[in-house]
Amino acid sequence: MLKYVGRRLLSMLLSLFLIITATFFLMRAAPGGPFSGEKKLPPEIEKNLNEYYGLDRPWYNQYFDYLVSIAKWDFGPSFKYKGQTVNDLINEGFPVSFFLGMESLLLAVSIGILLGVIAALNHNKWQDYGAMIFAVLGISVPSFIMASLLQYVLAIKLGWFPVARWESLQHTVLPALALAATPMAFIARLTRSSMLEVLSNDYIRTAKAKGLSRGQITVKHAIRNALLPVVTYLGPLSAAILTGSFVIEKIFGIPGLGSHFVLSISNRDYTVIMGVTVFYSIILLSAVLLVDIVYGLIDPRIKLAGGKKGE
Amino acid sequence: MQQIPKEMFQPASVDLSEAEKISKPSLSYWKDVSIRFRKNKLAMFGLVLLVILVFMAIFGPYMTKYDYATNDLMSTNQPPSAKHWFGTDELGRDVFARTWYGARISLFIGLAAALIDLFIGVLWGGIAGFRGGKTDEVMMRIADILWAVPYLLLVILLMVILGQGLGTMILAMTITGWINMARIVRGQVLQLKNQEYVLAAQTLGASTSRIMFKHLIPNAMGPILVTLTLTIPSAIFTEAFLSYLGLGVPQPLASWGTMASEGVQALQYYPWRLFFPATFICLTIFAFNVVGDGLRDALDPRLRK
Amino acid sequence: MEKLLEVKNLEVSFQTYGGEVQAVRGVSFHVNKGETLAIVGESGSGKSVTSQTIMRLIPTPPGKIKNGQIIFDGEDLVKKTDKEMEQIRGKDIGMIFQDPMTSLNPTMKVGKQIMEVLTKHQKMDKSAAKERAIELLRLVGIPMPEKRVNQYPHEFSGGMRQRAMIAVALASNPKLLIADEPTTALDVTIQAQILELMKDLQKKMGTSIIFITHDLGVVANMADRVAVMYAGKIVEMGTVDEIFYDPRHPYTWGLLASMPSLDSDDKKELAAIPGSPPDLTNPPKGDAFAPRNPYAMKIDFELEPPMFKISDTHYAATWLLHPDAPKVEPPEAVKKRLRKLSSNYPQPIIVKESE
Repeated sequence: MLKYVGRRLLSMLLSLFLIITATFFLMRAAPGGPFSGEKKLPPEIEKNLNEYYGLDRPWYNQYFDYLVSIAKWDFGPSFKYKGQTVNDLINEGFPVSFFLGMESLLLAVSIGILLGVIAALNHNKWQDYGAMIFAVLGISVPSFIMASLLQYVLAIKLGWFPVARWESLQHTVLPALALAATPMAFIARLTRSSMLEVLSNDYIRTAKAKGLSRGQITVKHAIRNALLPVVTYLGPLSAAILTGSFVIEKIFGIPGLGSHFVLSISNRDYTVIMGVTVFYSIILLSAVLLVDIVYGLIDPRIKLAGGKKGE
Repeated sequence: MQQIPKEMFQPASVDLSEAEKISKPSLSYWKDVSIRFRKNKLAMFGLVLLVILVFMAIFGPYMTKYDYATNDLMSTNQPPSAKHWFGTDELGRDVFARTWYGARISLFIGLAAALIDLFIGVLWGGIAGFRGGKTDEVMMRIADILWAVPYLLLVILLMVILGQGLGTMILAMTITGWINMARIVRGQVLQLKNQEYVLAAQTLGASTSRIMFKHLIPNAMGPILVTLTLTIPSAIFTEAFLSYLGLGVPQPLASWGTMASEGVQALQYYPWRLFFPATFICLTIFAFNVVGDGLRDALDPRLRK
Repeated sequence: MEKLLEVKNLEVSFQTYGGEVQAVRGVSFHVNKGETLAIVGESGSGKSVTSQTIMRLIPTPPGKIKNGQIIFDGEDLVKKTDKEMEQIRGKDIGMIFQDPMTSLNPTMKVGKQIMEVLTKHQKMDKSAAKERAIELLRLVGIPMPEKRVNQYPHEFSGGMRQRAMIAVALASNPKLLIADEPTTALDVTIQAQILELMKDLQKKMGTSIIFITHDLGVVANMADRVAVMYAGKIVEMGTVDEIFYDPRHPYTWGLLASMPSLDSDDKKELAAIPGSPPDLTNPPKGDAFAPRNPYAMKIDFELEPPMFKISDTHYAATWLLHPDAPKVEPPEAVKKRLRKLSSNYPQPIIVKESE
């Protein structure tokens, strides 16, 4: 177990190193450099700025400094907004994004599983078709369209929810729902197909031959096994929710890290883009590792003894 | 019981070699798949939808006298009418023309991304799976490390650095997009290469590339096809997402993504401007998804009876 | 002898894309208390469907019981609701399946899977059930049951898993045990152990057994009576001696001739039965075995043979037993072991076509 975690941690660090390196060099290759904005700066000032940010030093020094600072959890300054660092943005915006993310994660998982189980237990009946049409619709509508429609209909036209901003729990309902829609649909489909597969297994027949009732079989034998693939989806799910938050936070005017990130993209604030990308990568890779460890703990068939498990 | 004439008890001339004949005409694999696919009403509906969408993408722009890029500041933001079937946008451009022109770009992005994924994925996964051993280990480890890179973040990063454009968008999407395909191909090849008919071909001295393309790839076609079908909608999805972040194809080019994100800004006052591109994005993604699902179900040998 | 189970004219069909598959086409047999009935046949002969129908385990749809009765302990199981069946499955009838690798839930401890039966049918509390589960594991010959009870199926070997399955099936002392090819997926040495165990347990508990297999060799020292199935019908049924020493149906001859035996010193090839079973979507007219039958007569292609009674316990459905049929010689391998059985009637008697 420890060996497995160690191995995974190592491979995660390798991936992270790759991401940081790629980010660093991509940003250096960015057209014009950070200060070549709309108006040309006097050469004097540009030189000073370059010195201030260490841009006059050879690239390998800069690269090394960057690695060291990230190891110290320092994601660098913002080029566009003087005196503000990426860490400031993270500290300010991430708690908001995290709360929103968790709320939609909970929504997506609970409703998604419920729909999937209901659909599988009523295979080829109207409940199945209903749930799956709902799920296919959820998958087919891009999140920004979904969010705009929810906002337009439920908030602006019907006035059931606040239109935007981040003030009370009421304010979180619509964004969380919009953010959860696509992952919820995915989970519902995944649960359904995994549940159908489990239900066709021999051990379900054994359970039936033991005289267990439909309910007992569903709860004790089917759902538990059917949810294992859903657990593995939690990694990609956190990625989906994280990237989805860029759009959702912008639409609902939520002061989270996602909207900061989108703003930095339109401002071409390279250091912020770079810092936030690295930060997000760390969060996501940790989430995936955590999910894999949890999976190994709940599935007795998987020995986490260093061996690489197949897909 | 009725009387049976005695001559009925004469030995019948049974040709026992006849017994070896298969009494039921066995359906060929793809025929069987196509029968099951056609029984799936939802998938067939998706297929018809796709055919219509592709038809409109090809011929739609010629059905109206308006051009997708010509501004007409005298008639901006008009609702659908006999003149402008889908209305006009804030620069007075005809939304009908733009929608079908956009369909070309969106479908092109999806198709191009899927085909590049297919090409690299089949090559990478095929070689890794077929060679096995150290080669496989190294190739798949590289794929694993790349796979860990968060997809959309990388795409955003690349679009910011490389600048907006059709080519960069496809490049950004495929830079890690092929890995999924490579894994599926590798899994299939690993599974198939030890089967007798491949071993037999090897014994007969067939070359590696012949075995790859004549034996392995055709038999791995099912899962590859499903993955391909499901890559296209996810590319269209990504295009729309990037457009909303302001990283879409540059003006005056139209794609469904850019049109929809413009439509979102104008939703309160001119809702039809979102309606058309959004509807077609959803329909397309929906159609590809149900076709992909239908294919997967039709290909699943466990469902064969 | 008291009948525990009586199946009467059972017909089961499955609805598929290709049409209606008539998997079981009018099967009648019974099982006495404490005895073992073997049902033998090729894959697709309907033997597994028959056994699963008794437990009402066939999925409906696509499966459907078209006709017939299953009288168990005086009650017709065909008429029972699902809820009523739950009180019979696992309690009065236990079942073992072919593949011990997939028949146990991989994510549930083996002990728990046995305990489920006990808490459901014997209303035991958890600790009593656990005690009993350990006892059962010991009974089926699993060493260190106190430790094994807390392990998962993947920690068991194939033979051990089948032992655990037997423990599950026998947990609440069922009156009938249905074993559906319980040894097919196991190594030969393990097979013998499992068969020994089943015989042993039957002696101890007095359970009746329906033993489904395609392997006549296994049948000889397991069963009291044998039913041979072909294309959804029973073609011959009798005591073990009658089937082995006085077989009458050419299909049974084929099965016996294709069975390897140690005492056959001649280096003759094993005789295979040519061809494959018919497509049960459109069952052929006449005798379904006729196209593969070297002894086939014209009538075999026209009319289904009735059941002939050869002794009180021996039945066979073949026109060869008709008084007008020519005398034929069974294959060499079968002829060698033929014996005169004293219980035989002077002449086979035609039984009414639908009994």
